[in-house]
Amino acid sequence: MIGGLFIYNHKGEVLISRVYRDDIGRNAVDAFRVNVIHARQQVRSPVTNIARTSFFHVKRSNIWLAAVTKQNVNAAMVFEFLYKMCDVMTAYFGKISEENIKNNFVLIYELLDEILDFGYPQNSETGALKTFITQQGIKGQTKEEQSQITSQVTGQIGWRREGIKYRRNELFLDVLESVNLLMSPQGQVLSAHVSGRVVMKSYLSGMPECKFGMNDKIVIDKQGKGGTTDDAGKSGKQSIAIDDCTFHQCVRLSKFDSERSISFIPPDGEYELMRYRTTKDIILPFRVIPLVREVGRTKLEVKVVIKSNFKPSLLAQKIEVRIPTPLNTSGVQVICMKGKAKYKASENAIVWKIKRMAGMKESQISAEIELLPTNDKKKWARPPISMNFEVPFAPSGLKVRYLKVFESKLNYSDHDVIKWVRYIGRSGIYETRC
Amino acid sequence: MTDSKYFTTTKKGEIFELKAELNSDKKEKKKEAVKKVIASMTVGKDVSALFPDVVNCMQTDNLELKKLVYLYLMNYAKSQPDMAIMAVNTFVKDCEDPNPLIRALAVRTMGCIRVDKITEYLCEPLRKCLKDEDPYVRKTAAVCVAKLHDINAQLVEDQGFLDTLKDLISDSNPMVVANAVAALSEIAESHPNSNLLDLNPQTINKLLTALNECTEWGQIFILDCLANYTPRDDRESQSICERVTPRLSHANSAVVLSAVKVLMKFMEMLPKDLDYYGTLLKKLAPPLVTLLSAEPELQYVALRNINLIVQKRPEILKHEMKVFFVKYNDPIYVKLEKLDIMIRLASQANIAQVLAELKEYATEVDVDFVRKAVRAIGRCAIKVEQSAERCVSTLLDLIQTKVNYVVQEAIVVIKDIFRKYPNKYESVIATLCENLDSLDEPEARAAMIWIVGEYAERIDNADELLESFLEGFHDESTQVQLQLLTAIVKLFLKKPTETQELVQQVLSLATQDSDNPDLRDRGYIYWRLLSTDPVAAKEVVLAEKPLISEETDLIEPTLLDELICHIGTLASVYHKPPSAFVEGSRGVQHKRLPARAGSGESAESPEVGQSGTSEAPPAVIPSQGDLLGDLLNLDLAPATTTVPSVQPSMQMGAMDLLGGGLDSLMGDESDTLGGDIGGSPSMGAALGAPAAMPAALSNAPAVGGGLGDLFDLGGGVGMPTGFYVAPKTLFLPAMKAKGLEISGTFARRGGIIQMDLSLTNKAMSVMTDFAIQFNRNSFGLAPAGPLQVLTPLTPNQTIDVSLPLGTTGPVMKMEPLNNLQVAVKNNIDVFYFSCQYPLSLLFVEDGKMERQVFLATWKDIPNDNEAQFQIKDVHLNSDAASNKLQGSNIFTIAKRTVDAQDMLYQSIKLTNGIWVLAEMRVQTGNPNYTLSIKCRAPEVSQFVYQCYELVLKN
Repeated sequence: MIGGLFIYNHKGEVLISRVYRDDIGRNAVDAFRVNVIHARQQVRSPVTNIARTSFFHVKRSNIWLAAVTKQNVNAAMVFEFLYKMCDVMTAYFGKISEENIKNNFVLIYELLDEILDFGYPQNSETGALKTFITQQGIKGQTKEEQSQITSQVTGQIGWRREGIKYRRNELFLDVLESVNLLMSPQGQVLSAHVSGRVVMKSYLSGMPECKFGMNDKIVIDKQGKGGTTDDAGKSGKQSIAIDDCTFHQCVRLSKFDSERSISFIPPDGEYELMRYRTTKDIILPFRVIPLVREVGRTKLEVKVVIKSNFKPSLLAQKIEVRIPTPLNTSGVQVICMKGKAKYKASENAIVWKIKRMAGMKESQISAEIELLPTNDKKKWARPPISMNFEVPFAPSGLKVRYLKVFESKLNYSDHDVIKWVRYIGRSGIYETRC
Repeated sequence: MTDSKYFTTTKKGEIFELKAELNSDKKEKKKEAVKKVIASMTVGKDVSALFPDVVNCMQTDNLELKKLVYLYLMNYAKSQPDMAIMAVNTFVKDCEDPNPLIRALAVRTMGCIRVDKITEYLCEPLRKCLKDEDPYVRKTAAVCVAKLHDINAQLVEDQGFLDTLKDLISDSNPMVVANAVAALSEIAESHPNSNLLDLNPQTINKLLTALNECTEWGQIFILDCLANYTPRDDRESQSICERVTPRLSHANSAVVLSAVKVLMKFMEMLPKDLDYYGTLLKKLAPPLVTLLSAEPELQYVALRNINLIVQKRPEILKHEMKVFFVKYNDPIYVKLEKLDIMIRLASQANIAQVLAELKEYATEVDVDFVRKAVRAIGRCAIKVEQSAERCVSTLLDLIQTKVNYVVQEAIVVIKDIFRKYPNKYESVIATLCENLDSLDEPEARAAMIWIVGEYAERIDNADELLESFLEGFHDESTQVQLQLLTAIVKLFLKKPTETQELVQQVLSLATQDSDNPDLRDRGYIYWRLLSTDPVAAKEVVLAEKPLISEETDLIEPTLLDELICHIGTLASVYHKPPSAFVEGSRGVQHKRLPARAGSGESAESPEVGQSGTSEAPPAVIPSQGDLLGDLLNLDLAPATTTVPSVQPSMQMGAMDLLGGGLDSLMGDESDTLGGDIGGSPSMGAALGAPAAMPAALSNAPAVGGGLGDLFDLGGGVGMPTGFYVAPKTLFLPAMKAKGLEISGTFARRGGIIQMDLSLTNKAMSVMTDFAIQFNRNSFGLAPAGPLQVLTPLTPNQTIDVSLPLGTTGPVMKMEPLNNLQVAVKNNIDVFYFSCQYPLSLLFVEDGKMERQVFLATWKDIPNDNEAQFQIKDVHLNSDAASNKLQGSNIFTIAKRTVDAQDMLYQSIKLTNGIWVLAEMRVQTGNPNYTLSIKCRAPEVSQFVYQCYELVLKN
């Protein structure tokens, strides 16, 4: 199991050091600094073995978090734990920075004592932790409160406490998708997938039982069998094939496995209900058509056309096209029909920004790139043209069909809950080779 | 509010100030002081001098302050053991506190105080906490048992905490169950043979129930524990798999990977034609792909594991090639791993896509990545024959880029392509030769030189090209020197007239001016070959080369199976067994996959996978000192048994060198066959086995079989049957001997003792240079000839050899008496094992005693030396028994019948002259015999009795 946990600043100074196991000594702290943080070369692996001691690290801005062990631990678990620790710290004091860590070091030690025991991760849900790890101490608790805390921390529903009350029962559902594309210069889709998340903000009283439904092909097909053929044909068109999905620990996985229904008691406040991935029938919101011509050894001509491919009534926002330029670029002239384009020498790229663009439109940019003559034999690698955007629909085609709330003990019904649903599609890694 | 100020005090005299503050009356000031102490501790300053002052702050009702003091205590208690005792009272008191959070805090902290004197005081509080009404306290106490065990294992056992911990597996609270499982798994790891984690269907059921209810971390503990269980049959295996599969949809990647581990392991037991098996395979792919959308560090862990899974079960991900395409922004460690998996998944169906991708990668920036991409193109060519042409043209395009390292890498892989597809792509040689000057890495230079030498007849200026390398001969690396030597000799053999001078030059450079022994040796061999018999030289140097195999960097199967049992863990990230990077006893035991249901090996394997109870491997020889001395003599063994290991291009040639020796060896072998008259059916089988024997011997098995048949007939009419040969047993598992597996048995044939061995190569590389040596033993057994392994043992090949043994070796009494310690050497290492031989091996043919002498001797041996044994369940009459025994040189001298009871008097003589006398009573209709044995050396009686058992029951 995890033998120790260290947090360093960018210089390699220790900000937090907590040792859980006897086999980890103080010299481990230095070994990581010398071999990883101060290493001359770029780090080639997130797992490093130094003198039979293994170090796992992740970096958040310029802070290094390292977990140390001498045993054959579950590596996936260690990384999941490090991420979780970052989440917990962020939930307590915001951004993970040297300043914030130093300001909260007592709190961090207290948290580390609670969420990691002898190197074994324990309950690390912030909802639960915040009930008893506060910066004020927990003097004023009644006996009932204490036992409520412990039963929540160890209970089956460790993510929610009893007795939550809202005057207005409300929930917000965000379907956030990032669409990823890799396209060949000829316009052939090399790979495309959508990775989506359903994020929920719930402000519900009591211990509500929720049921979430979407246009999952497997579910629709199952229901379609019972209904008329007409129905099945109709819904079949709208349903989507989900390659795989994962759920927040509140979802009853065995129920999903057997009935493919998503039922759960939600945590209070914001959390991620599920993640999913689709690869079939993806709506690619934009198409990028590049044309690069090398005119002699000192000049490049680039023309890029973008086409929007969705309903004309919808508007895409924050569109940005990034066209890489060679390292030996000396000057660039750009002409674009829409938006603003600029050559950014420090980033070796022409950045073209368009604030808004409706569906089924097209726009283009052309640029002349002057090159300095070099005797470097190596050809320019031509990195792909990448794109960023935001669209108000789900590129996977996912639709929320329902989210039902049942709370038998309190007197509010599904109809009394105010529900909000929003779809946002963003570009993930959206690249076209040129 | 800002605590960062505590980090800044660095002035002198700080300790004194802190001391004053710690002893202050004001609570706030005290707390401030403790915070400063902790801050100093964090940055590595020694604040142990403040120990008593800090501990004084412990008795407080301020929880925050208490936690800080505890933190200090955990750090420094070990360096101040006497002072630490001061803290005990507070712990004991806190464990009784009405607030469960404080009780848990106390039990959690006290387990971290690693002071022997204290631990005993902590047992009572811990016992109470293990039975606390509050689950939060119980789950903390469960982990505390593991902590205490780490400090003082004996104490934990004596206090019965292990039983309490086992009870917690049935706790009503899932988190308590999870922590108890974690603690027990850890303790069990340091006691490999204890049956601590007694996994049975009932406990498994409890764990599976808890699995649905506990936290994500608890699920990981439980799944990792489940993976150590071996189901009784395929149905149990399937039902566990069914309950584990829902975990594949968990958001936590570690839960998913641990579930994959359980499924991959238990799948081994499912019959392949089962519908469920196919369903399971399909279910595994999506979650593995999903892991690739996790954060990069987790992607890396996932990819390292997928690499293993793809090697074990390629069918799972064969359609998922695209997800392994490299993204421009992937961190380098992710890119390199993806590339590896792409090559493994490459097939005829997707090769076009893969090649297009690889070509793209070859223009990237990172040098390592580009090299690997180029190498990957070559591997695709070798793996997918249909793509070879396209690969070669892609490589040529890359050579045109003139990027130095790309060109060099391309040449290295083109050499391999030539070796895989000879006489197909040699047209590209001209292009390669153009780039001769830009090669500055030894591997690329060596590859180019090999190409020039191999195809010297097609390259007009081959002599000039090679000569240009020769100028700086002594500055080249050994690899290049050896290659250059061979290439020029090849050239000479192909174009003898023009290159005489060149070959002279290189031979003298290699032999006279070099102090590298490999180079000198090879130089001399060539020289002598060329000067004595140029025809033979041609046969040796220009011999047909074996084609290279498809995949070169596969993990060897035994290791792969072990790593599959470690999915998700560090071992799977390093691709090394835990013993390679974990110190001490933990993780040293090897895990194995369970055997498939219904397969032949299931008899021994099912329990092997279980955490503790692997079958006892042959004991490793303890006194290595003696043996090492003996082993030094091994080098003096006749040279014919060893094949010198040489550079790959030479291997075939070198073997031909030994051709002369081979004939005489075969002669020897047939002599042995001749001596086998008196054999039995089982002997025929033993002879039939050597598949690897040279073709000249192929008629031998038929002869042996025929002889056996003859004697089989004879046996029916009262002739003695032959010596009983036990089936071969495993002497040395592959795991212990870097892939070499040895099984064997002993036989006595026509007065000659033989050790029949089967050597199997389960490693990935060829094994050569076999030799064998025995340690001193009770009867002076020693090899009477060398271990004759004629050909190198290629991977997955099994070879059977018979080793004649003599009994004139050095004698030392062994325990048990028939124990034999053996050392086997090959080109990889020396391995030791011990085995036991049946004593009947030593029963000589002239062991029939005169009746009179028998009577006299029987009386002469004191009665104390007589031993009685029961031989049960023998369904033979006395005549048949006596016939059978005679086959093993146990001679019946006289027979007396009294009251339907036959008394057989028998004598045996051992090789060292010891006589053994026996009286066997056989009652008609009673399958149990009574055997009395008298001997002057009574310690052999036990073993003689074993021989009776063995012979009569087979």
